[in-house]
Amino acid sequence: MLHPVPTLKETPSQTAGPYVHIGMTPNWAGIRGVYDADPGATMVSADTPGTRIILSGRIIDGAGVPVSDAVVEIWQADGNGSYGRPVGSSAEARPAFTGWGRQPANGEGEFRFETIKPGPVPGPDGRPMAPHVAVWIVARGINIGLQTRIYFADEEAANARDFVLNRIPDPKRRATLIARKEEGDVPQYRLDIHLQGDSETVFFDM
Amino acid sequence: MNDIILPGDDQGALFARDRSWQPPAYTPGYKSTTFRAPRHALLSLPGTASELTGPTFGDMPLNPLDNDLIRNYSQDGGEAIGQRLIVYGQVLDENARPVPGTLVEFWQANAGGRYRHKREGYLAPLDPNFGGCGRAITDANGFYHFRTVKPGAYPWPNGANDWRPAHIHFSIFGHAFAQRLITQMYFEGDPMIWQCPIVGSVPDKAGITQLIAKLDRHNTTPMDALAYRFDIVLRGRRSTLFENKLEGN
Repeated sequence: MLHPVPTLKETPSQTAGPYVHIGMTPNWAGIRGVYDADPGATMVSADTPGTRIILSGRIIDGAGVPVSDAVVEIWQADGNGSYGRPVGSSAEARPAFTGWGRQPANGEGEFRFETIKPGPVPGPDGRPMAPHVAVWIVARGINIGLQTRIYFADEEAANARDFVLNRIPDPKRRATLIARKEEGDVPQYRLDIHLQGDSETVFFDM
Repeated sequence: MNDIILPGDDQGALFARDRSWQPPAYTPGYKSTTFRAPRHALLSLPGTASELTGPTFGDMPLNPLDNDLIRNYSQDGGEAIGQRLIVYGQVLDENARPVPGTLVEFWQANAGGRYRHKREGYLAPLDPNFGGCGRAITDANGFYHFRTVKPGAYPWPNGANDWRPAHIHFSIFGHAFAQRLITQMYFEGDPMIWQCPIVGSVPDKAGITQLIAKLDRHNTTPMDALAYRFDIVLRGRRSTLFENKLEGN
């Protein structure tokens, strides 16, 4: 079968820079009155179906310093493993869960998403992948956005079968993708993302 | 039918990203990369639904001034100070097909080279009527446009006397999360482009040229604003569901 041959080159990436918040989270940056709300700031409403969770962690650089100027985006399936309610659409059938979130890291490099636990999504072989969220990180000093995933520690059996996790032979490196669960009124999952160093997170080229 | 995205097209795998065309993670001339560049090789994997789908924005309500940086932060009814510009362009994929209905966000310094940001300390003054952010959703042919003022060049702490060339930051989504891209647009003819370590993170001169918007006299607004065209190319799809059905793949 024929594949198309690319005729154009992808536009080169450039760093988001230290002032990324002006464009991506302007209200958070104190630029008020332009957008009603920062895009992706709120992922769930009172009637979104699914199990509420808080997904949080820190972004840390190779010197152990929190990355306080990062912006993190996540993309995930709903509780049934389906992707994609249009952002801003007026969903009649069921409350909209867009699956997309965007949060700035705070002064301690901390990010925090209030979302729902994703359901399993089929992998390339048709078998379900373990529940996960896709993650994309930009900041000053990051020349091209970093792609990774966050998995859930309480999905041990599914994680053991996951095709991505199984492509990482070193258990210590595999563990860089698995958020630990902390009990609370709303279950919290925490994972620190290390850009570099002994605990460097596994980043993807997908 | 080559000029529209068929719904099924979104099922196709993406071309592998040409990492030799993209900046490497560590570029010593841009010192902030020193501790922020991963040192392990990236793990290359085929995309799944998690990477081949992405947020869609075609229905997102925008405010009428979202793509007018001259007026969208006006505090006193006045307009932003600076050289008035229209910036426009087409978002395409590597197969040269337009990418409609996708969100394009942009942000920039004011005409004096000063950003409206709490961590910014450059002595050039803020413009009370300039916020510096805007956004647009591409039309059926992949085009976006906005009105702004030309951002100033500014000094930054890297080398002892490094200056950023005038630039506008862009964030683009596409239709797949793995197409997500952030870049910067420069202005044709600016000699400072070629002295900038951030620009220099792009390995190929032809790649840098892709980041330079061209002056377009035909789309100027007479007696008002100059026009610059900046086309953006996102990763393309390797095969389509349409072809898969055709070829029994």
